[in-house]
Amino acid sequence: MAFGMDQMKKWLLLFSEKVKEQKEYLTELDRAIGDGDHGINMDRGCQAVIQKISAANYADLGELLKDVGMTFVATVGGASGPLYGTAFLKASAALKDKKEADLKELIQALSESLEGIKARGKAKAGDKTMIDVWEPLMEFLKKEEFKAKDIVSLAKKCMEHTQELEAKKGRAAYLGKRSIGHIDPGAASSYLLFASFAEILDEGDLFL
Amino acid sequence: MKSVGIVLVSHSREIVLGLQKLLHQLQPNVPIAIAGGMDDGSLGTNALDIQKAIESVYSERGVVVFIDLGSARINAEMAIEMLENQNNVVIADAPLVEGAFVAVVEAGCGRGLHEVVEASEKAKTMKKLQT
Repeated sequence: MAFGMDQMKKWLLLFSEKVKEQKEYLTELDRAIGDGDHGINMDRGCQAVIQKISAANYADLGELLKDVGMTFVATVGGASGPLYGTAFLKASAALKDKKEADLKELIQALSESLEGIKARGKAKAGDKTMIDVWEPLMEFLKKEEFKAKDIVSLAKKCMEHTQELEAKKGRAAYLGKRSIGHIDPGAASSYLLFASFAEILDEGDLFL
Repeated sequence: MKSVGIVLVSHSREIVLGLQKLLHQLQPNVPIAIAGGMDDGSLGTNALDIQKAIESVYSERGVVVFIDLGSARINAEMAIEMLENQNNVVIADAPLVEGAFVAVVEAGCGRGLHEVVEASEKAKTMKKLQT
């Protein structure tokens, strides 16, 4: 079984549900080291995405993801807008004209997303950002055999590890060493994205 | 002759509306566009609004973009990448209020893009109190 339009929409729906559930938590994390709006911003963006994609018909994954990316850019409001927006736009380009993707193509598209996030944010692993979840996951997904629960546990571990890092990017960087001891909000929302991804893969038996 | 265009970007619509009003009074002939806040009235910046603002004051003389904090920069960079004509659009490394103030004065005197940017970036060290 391949990852098609239904799986992509379900992934986004599941992600938006998790963001909604964790809205207060994400905002609380951001209040500690940022400007206290990550949960609010991501929830606004996700709701706009769900509204948009449930009302429209798309010819392929590329078109769907392009609309998702542009909606994040237009509605999120913080740095996460252009970052998640760029991630989906890069994946859109990688999956252009494809109605479905196999696991390898999907992982390749998400690697393009990661490169896009790094370029857009001018950040690298270790800077206490969403990249600290994305990069180790992409490395893991590319080279190993895995199960859905492995994705979730690695994403969680990476998110928790951002506590130990000193922020080098974004508003949190103004705090310097005082940012240590807090989980990065972008890493936390990225954990939710990959946890949802794992659920969809598991549900569709996409490992077979 | 047209002057260099100015774009003001802030998380707060009220900040850029007020600043635009102030600067417009100073130099009514300099085109000034704003992008601030989100459609639902909350705080934030977004690349599409910034792109539209740049396009609305764009001429071959160029555009200088002034930003406040945090995501304003990343959104302004993305907005510029989405433009068809991005060569003479510059983000100034300058404080929003003082930088835009200097830029509007210089643009109003007919200065070119690079002179306007350079002058506005000096606003960082502008003294407000005599020593």
